[in-house]
Amino acid sequence: MRCDFLDIDLDTYVGRVSGLEDMPVRADLAAYDCRNNRLAQLGLEQGNFTEAVTVARQRYGRERIGVFLGTSTSGILDTELAYRQRDPETGALPKSFNYEGSHSCYSVADYVQRVLDLAGPALVVSTACSSSAKVFGTAARMIQAGLCDAAIVGGVDSLCLTTLYGFNSLGLISSRPCRPFDAERDGISIGEAASFVLLEKTSALMNSPLAAPDAVMLLGVGESSDAYHMSSPHPEGEGARLAIQAALQSAGLTSDDIDYINLHGTGTKANDAAEDKAVFNTFGSDTPCSSTKGATGHLLGAAGVTEAIICALSIQHGFMPGGLNTGHIDPTLKSAYLLKNKQQTLNFVLSNSLGFGGSNCSLVFGRMLERAGR
Amino acid sequence: MKVFVEGVGIAGPGLNGWQASQPVLAGAAPYIDASVVIPPGDLLPSAERRRTGLPVKVSLAVGLEAIVNAQRNAAELPAIFASSAGDGENMHCILEMLANNGREVSPTRFHNSVHNAPSGYWSIATKSMQPSTSLTCYDESFVAGLIEAATQTLTSGNAVVLITYDATYPQPLHAARPISATFGVALVLTGNKTNRSLAELEIVISRKRNASTPIADAELEAIRVGTPAARSLPLLAALATLNSEKPQTPEKIARDKIAQAKICFDYIAGNQLNVVVRPC
Repeated sequence: MRCDFLDIDLDTYVGRVSGLEDMPVRADLAAYDCRNNRLAQLGLEQGNFTEAVTVARQRYGRERIGVFLGTSTSGILDTELAYRQRDPETGALPKSFNYEGSHSCYSVADYVQRVLDLAGPALVVSTACSSSAKVFGTAARMIQAGLCDAAIVGGVDSLCLTTLYGFNSLGLISSRPCRPFDAERDGISIGEAASFVLLEKTSALMNSPLAAPDAVMLLGVGESSDAYHMSSPHPEGEGARLAIQAALQSAGLTSDDIDYINLHGTGTKANDAAEDKAVFNTFGSDTPCSSTKGATGHLLGAAGVTEAIICALSIQHGFMPGGLNTGHIDPTLKSAYLLKNKQQTLNFVLSNSLGFGGSNCSLVFGRMLERAGR
Repeated sequence: MKVFVEGVGIAGPGLNGWQASQPVLAGAAPYIDASVVIPPGDLLPSAERRRTGLPVKVSLAVGLEAIVNAQRNAAELPAIFASSAGDGENMHCILEMLANNGREVSPTRFHNSVHNAPSGYWSIATKSMQPSTSLTCYDESFVAGLIEAATQTLTSGNAVVLITYDATYPQPLHAARPISATFGVALVLTGNKTNRSLAELEIVISRKRNASTPIADAELEAIRVGTPAARSLPLLAALATLNSEKPQTPEKIARDKIAQAKICFDYIAGNQLNVVVRPC
């Protein structure tokens, strides 16, 4: 939709979740009330997620389930609005302002851990747009090291002035819905989302009747740094390529095994060009790929896990989503970008997340049966 | 979990580097409060350095010091950044710009506002393309970073560097989040004992039973309580005490073994983190 958030005066489109303004957080956790935690609450209420967590809590115990979430700006909107209400004499913020429950970058994990009645390790990863991809790595390591049997992995990022005006200052905001990989692409559209995944240790599920028949496995995580620039990607996509290679290696797969790639594909000139080089240099021009940001907007700290869920759904439904809004693919880009949806059995898919500060993460997902049979 | 410390870096009020701070932390020299001193030479290109705030300068300085002390190459080590606070000065400037008519945000201020700004500058400064994460856990950010760093080195087999930092917030944010000092600490950790290992850390999460271990000096204790990154001080004191006598003699090692330090950190959700520090 055209940006109708608060009094923002930018010529852009946003993916705003409606109703958050009238939906407080759980009453006994009112100290955590802010747009970001309201969005987290709404996310937790979707589908049968809390029921699945209850089953896991009974199976493993509340101390054995971690909470690892990504966010870039947490509840900073509260601070932005509080700065409009400073005391004219002293400069003080209004007394109602609560830093720990809103602005604090950890507040969303604290809130989610309390709502789900869990007591294992918890943290927030905040690496800009790769935040909620990298939490899969943290969760996998925590489980591998024996500190957890399961983990809530997720990401929550909500609309605020800092990101809208900040990306605008860098000239990276499109005045139209974003068009990843299009020759005429001119920037991102910012969206907001809360997405959660319940990860369980493989040994508990392999060949177990407890496992859903269509359960999807996290097979590999690869992380890297660009070592190039704070807000521009490495022009040759070297950091992204290293993350992709590390994810494939960690999954024990080669580039030929991957059936579909969910791109970071933000719709900026620089990101799509650099990511295309990384993908083409690894996979050539035959592996279908697309960005789903034309549909969702750029969810920033919630993008990684949302696109991981899209990958899981793609595997379960044998479905590759075509990129929305893209009219003419940039002829200088060489990857096999999908413009139309395509039905096909998918065994292994890869998802890229690339963030400011050159923070890259690639994830590999696959079918449980495929992996078990290998 | 068992990990080994190879190198330490520290910058805080009256604590200027590991070598100078060891006698103070070991209780052999008096603590003298003084402003934080950031050593020059952070490897950043000058154009980049001009754009950085105090948290970036502190975290790069302690990270490089720990890596030099461990005789490692920064470009080869995955890096874990843990901070409660991020860059409050920079955030305050953005918040003021956004509260004003026009809302002109500086692009440099915006890219410096991400929690992983120190990690980004670190990779540029050290030319490291290794993985790097940036995490937070409010007052327990050091403990969360230590757990993340330990699981990383144990699952990958690589040495890692943990860099924990916090910087005071300006007003009016300080009133809402009163961090008492600017403080940075870095530890190079390995999963296996090496000939450079200074100490072994045995790390266990348990349900909360004990109060957190204090540090003896009253002024340092105030910094520990008021600054999340300085919650590391009892661990640093134990490491300083273990290494205050060189060369190691059999008698000294035997004495240390008896006097191995057990440190208890507050953690989250009704848990604590117990760390036993043993000499190597």
